[in-house]
Amino acid sequence: MTGLRYVYAICRPFSTPLQSQLTGVAGAPPKQLPHGDLVAIVSNVPEEDFSEEALRAHLEDLDWLSATARAHQSVIDALTVVTSPLPLRLATVFRDDSGVRMMMQEREEQFLQTLDRLEGRVEWGVKVYVENAGADAEEEQPEDSDKPLSGRDYLRRRRKQRTAHEDRWVHAEEFSRRLHGTLSEYAEDHRVHAPQNAALSGVSGANVLNAAYLVPRSESEAFVELVDRTKDDAPGIRVELTGPWAAYSFSGEPVGVPEGEGE
Amino acid sequence: MTVVERREIALVDLLDRLLAGGVVITGDITLRIADVDLVRIDLNALISSVNEQVPSPWEEP
Repeated sequence: MTGLRYVYAICRPFSTPLQSQLTGVAGAPPKQLPHGDLVAIVSNVPEEDFSEEALRAHLEDLDWLSATARAHQSVIDALTVVTSPLPLRLATVFRDDSGVRMMMQEREEQFLQTLDRLEGRVEWGVKVYVENAGADAEEEQPEDSDKPLSGRDYLRRRRKQRTAHEDRWVHAEEFSRRLHGTLSEYAEDHRVHAPQNAALSGVSGANVLNAAYLVPRSESEAFVELVDRTKDDAPGIRVELTGPWAAYSFSGEPVGVPEGEGE
Repeated sequence: MTVVERREIALVDLLDRLLAGGVVITGDITLRIADVDLVRIDLNALISSVNEQVPSPWEEP
């Protein structure tokens, strides 16, 4: 068979078939590649797009990256329905099936351990935003705005605006800390991602918390309710929930580093 | 406070996971794109197109 092998995830063997119309990153259907007690989910990808050099160029092309990421995700999503997959990093590509098998052989023990840890678990994403973090200062217009302000009044007003702005941030950070504390206590594990840049996410407000929580599937409903219940009289704060995801953020201890398996 | 549940997955949320999460395989394989992150990606291109729907050539499940 020609082409390279793109690997999406490592799983325990599962009997439920994947959706028949499911396609992978280059349009080919994903298939199971069993080895020992594990199964790799792979699909064929053309060498001209997935060789190292081609990949580096492609990954800087947002349309390509986006389509590839979404295709990768749709395979992981389909797997999540039938098992608890251990997702691999985007664009993990091998020369051929035997390369994939060799990798599975070498890392079998760690894969099995991680799969045990993730069995029946899903990831939930929670983000906290401060709404209009920069714009709130504009709201306070003086009553009689046609009257010229004295220098002192001007400074006083500026100070007031700045204080209101800082208060909002302090409040949002406090809110995030509390929410994160509550959620991490409930979840089995958590990861804090870097806050998202508003220009990249295209959503309003400044992102103060961007965290992921590992939760047993059976506890998911309660977890979502917990997020909901943290309702608090907190004007200007928005909480966004995403998921359930496969446990992407919790499979990440670099398997290739022998002693690096942290918590 | 308002809680928003997004139905459609935002690209940034996806990239947080696909480029920062997932098992990183190191060793004697052909490729490893583990060190790619948003820094490598042209920020301007990303900003200008991030709100456009990028049509996927593959069917959504």
